[in-house]
Amino acid sequence: MSPKPILSAFRQALSEAWAGGAGALLPLGFFAGAAVLVPLGIGTEPGMLRAVGPGILWVSLALSSLVTLERIFQSDVEDGTLDLWLQAGAPVSAIAAAKTFAHWLTAGLPLALMSPVLALMFQAEASLSLLTGALIYGLGGLAFFFWGGVGAALSATVRRGGLLIALIALPLYVPTAIFGSMAMRGAAFGDTAPLLLAASTLFALAAAPFAMAAALRLAAD
Amino acid sequence: MLSATNLGILRGERVLFEGVSLSVAPGEAVILRGANGAGKTTLLRILAGLTRPEAGNVTREATHHWIGHREGLKPHETPRTHLKLWGQAWGAEADIDAVLREMGLSRPADVAGRYLSAGQKRRTALARLMLDNRAIWLLDEPFTALDTEGRDQLLAMVARHRQSGGAVIAAVHGDAGFAASREMGL
Amino acid sequence: MGMLSAFANPHRFLALSNWLAPLFYGVGAAMIAWGLWQGLWVVPKDDYQGGDIMRVMFIHVPAAWLAMASYSGMAAASFIWFIWRHELADIAAKAIAPLGAVWTALCLATGSIWGKPTWGTWWQWDDARMMSVLFLFFLFLGYMALRAAMDSRQKAARAGAILAMVGALNVPLIKFSVDMFTSLHQDASVITVDGPKMAAVYLWPLMMSGLGHMLLFGGLVMTLMRAEIWTRRAARQRARLLAGA
Repeated sequence: MSPKPILSAFRQALSEAWAGGAGALLPLGFFAGAAVLVPLGIGTEPGMLRAVGPGILWVSLALSSLVTLERIFQSDVEDGTLDLWLQAGAPVSAIAAAKTFAHWLTAGLPLALMSPVLALMFQAEASLSLLTGALIYGLGGLAFFFWGGVGAALSATVRRGGLLIALIALPLYVPTAIFGSMAMRGAAFGDTAPLLLAASTLFALAAAPFAMAAALRLAAD
Repeated sequence: MLSATNLGILRGERVLFEGVSLSVAPGEAVILRGANGAGKTTLLRILAGLTRPEAGNVTREATHHWIGHREGLKPHETPRTHLKLWGQAWGAEADIDAVLREMGLSRPADVAGRYLSAGQKRRTALARLMLDNRAIWLLDEPFTALDTEGRDQLLAMVARHRQSGGAVIAAVHGDAGFAASREMGL
Repeated sequence: MGMLSAFANPHRFLALSNWLAPLFYGVGAAMIAWGLWQGLWVVPKDDYQGGDIMRVMFIHVPAAWLAMASYSGMAAASFIWFIWRHELADIAAKAIAPLGAVWTALCLATGSIWGKPTWGTWWQWDDARMMSVLFLFFLFLGYMALRAAMDSRQKAARAGAILAMVGALNVPLIKFSVDMFTSLHQDASVITVDGPKMAAVYLWPLMMSGLGHMLLFGGLVMTLMRAEIWTRRAARQRARLLAGA
């Protein structure tokens, strides 16, 4: 087995994401838009915004991962690329993982990098912990994208699969959302919460590709 | 080179076909015939390992190329980037420019897939056959959308492939244009 | 025809469930009736558990048991189908899903009704069990929606099996994370019906009711499976007739 097909899958996914019109800007816009709607809905009292800000960002991150995931495998089914990847001579799980990781790089990581800005808008103090926060959003986002990828692969042949992905992925997002928001609140839990978040992300990285592989074989069948 | 025994498959509760066996030896070409919906594509997909049959099994003793209905070309890919990508994925060292020239794709070589005509997309897919030397070609309606020139080009490729000991299994409507070792009706 | 008969012929299941399902219904209903009669009228109320409202326990707790058990059963059936491709296992998984969702919803509803007077709210985010059961409910919904979206029964079986196994893999983690989440702001749970510390006077009606629910559930699973078997046979018959025409 050679790693070449895996690298090629990664490259293709990256170029596809960048070529898809606005590239990383679209998920960013969605993320920011969803987050910014909240103060308009619940009011602008600074103390309250500071309290709910991290949670809002988690919800926005989860939502934007779901919205952008819909097409990653569906387009492969429609244009016949999936058939080629399944016959590329590399484990399908590795191909799926490479594609999902590329997708996270273009649609997930930018959100994490932008989180400090949004956190400031939610009245957070400017401090180094905003950067720690970005790291935590990045880590949690990775788990979101991998579990969401399972939903995306399972509904790759379903028209209007987006709603289905959300329903499938929602319960799988729970541990990440919980550990992630605990990690954000930091001090109360010491180091446990970030470690738990890292562990659950590792679990997603280890388990989800196999489910995606089985689902993609089904989508091609 | 490739043999399949007693293949059977259901679609829903409908038996699409059963008891289908076929084999192909070096230099041979098998043409699959059948009305629309008879299961030619499904049979080819089973032979390629994409679809799992309900009964029977397939043995492939060599690597294969797959040309399906859908070209496998992304809207943002140009013929050149497409062939480069798959050349890299397969570890093939073909000269991309030469392949493009031979397939008559030199002019649209850098045009994104979404702007290519159906025939140009088809040629791009067929160009993959030249990237990597693989003994078995599985072709599903390979002549679709090709003009006369493209058709002659594909026929020449098939002839060369067979002369050098390759095998072809193709689903074709109408005149295949090449002498088949066997025709198989579904 | 050779290929059609290659599929596991669930003759024996049909013969067995033909008398077993009614038996389960009868005995189950009797046990539930006895458990409810004892629970609602005979046993004394427990003021520490909220007074008379605690009697909802005799439905709530069996429903909670079945919510967990039915997902495990569905995941196990999916696993069996995925490995051995025994059609009956897929039929079982498909039959369990809607019933599991109903009992899970019953558990949530009764928990909420019990919660209102004791917690003072219909929904207590800090109760780990309610949260876990809620996510279980979503897992059932996702499973059913995914199956329904597939265009053939074979694909529905494969997709469902993959999702049920992914879900089963995640259930412990979900449960652990929810426990962690709720332990932040909560003292010991108001409702303590778990385990042997409960008074013996409640234990018997609860056990009987629980067993009755299991039998009823089992009977319903069998009936749904029978219906599915006959539906698939009818579809096969129809396909055969169409092919012959």
